[in-house]
Amino acid sequence: MNKSGLTQQEALFEYCLRIGDTSLILGQRISEWCGHAPILEEDIAMSNISLDLIGQSRIILTYAGTVEGKGRSEDELAYHRDARQYRNLLMVEQPNGDFGVTMAKQYLVSVYNFHLYEMLSKSKDAAVAAFAAKSLKEVAYHLRHSSDWVLRLGDGTEESHRRIQEAMNDLWYFVDDMFQSDAIDDMLLKAGIAADLSEVKKKWEQMVHATLDKAKLVLPVANNSLRMGSRDGNHTEHLGYILAEMQFLPRAYPDAKW
Amino acid sequence: MTESNDTNTQWKLWEVFTQKKTGLPHEHAGSVRAADAEMALLNARDVYSRRNEAVSIWVVPSEMMVASTPEDMGPFFDPANDKIYRNPNFYKTPEGIKMIS
Repeated sequence: MNKSGLTQQEALFEYCLRIGDTSLILGQRISEWCGHAPILEEDIAMSNISLDLIGQSRIILTYAGTVEGKGRSEDELAYHRDARQYRNLLMVEQPNGDFGVTMAKQYLVSVYNFHLYEMLSKSKDAAVAAFAAKSLKEVAYHLRHSSDWVLRLGDGTEESHRRIQEAMNDLWYFVDDMFQSDAIDDMLLKAGIAADLSEVKKKWEQMVHATLDKAKLVLPVANNSLRMGSRDGNHTEHLGYILAEMQFLPRAYPDAKW
Repeated sequence: MTESNDTNTQWKLWEVFTQKKTGLPHEHAGSVRAADAEMALLNARDVYSRRNEAVSIWVVPSEMMVASTPEDMGPFFDPANDKIYRNPNFYKTPEGIKMIS
């Protein structure tokens, strides 16, 4: 996609999709645990987090539709776009794996969202700022919950340590994708609307490094096979399967009400 | 009740008390399983305060609770029944006072 000729309105639409799609896909992913979590309490906790995330995506996708000005609702954006039109981070579409992978992923994204939303709560766009301020409280809880598990599993048994270390190593391929900024970020940053991803990255690294250290985990080493591309809709193969499941009903029965 | 048999792999049981509003007493809400106090608090929040039902939560290890037994019923509770002057039934509650039963 050629981004050089975008108006600020078009850029803001894209920016909202990035935030909304990330929440939506992470929420959809973690909802897969519903009825399968290791204990009842955790089952409820993960379903709560899922509902928080889907709630966040509803707000910002609704706003994206308003900004776009073509009359698209939150549902149209969620259910009637294909993988190439989705702008979620590659990290959140990765499979849940075991409980350790799920919590590692939840943690890495929660730290990201926590700092991103903290900055966006000062955005000059009132709707973005209100969204971020509201979501920040939820994300602070997700962060507390998932970092607790990273510490527990990392500094737990030999097996839990091995599993969460492997989870971190595998997820590390998708870390750089979180901090890729492009012309859209630059334009909106200048306008005081977007957050500076290089600042988010500094804070993210500081917090994640401290937690991994405390959890007796080794910081994974970055290598040259890092995956990127979520900004342009270049996803891993997993997103298509998520969308197939998530979008089946409204696509098969377009007028269905529930 | 003790849970010392080796086949029980469940985490410790905790009793949960929630406060609905500042100033009101904490009331028993139920119980959760958790490996330690922090996890018990998070689990209690998720199970018993999903929709803002509480402003404060206490968790207590169930094994620390001491309860009266059915045999205590007579000596514990009967003596108060026949002394009506012990009850504040004859006072009028001023208008506008809530939360007094």
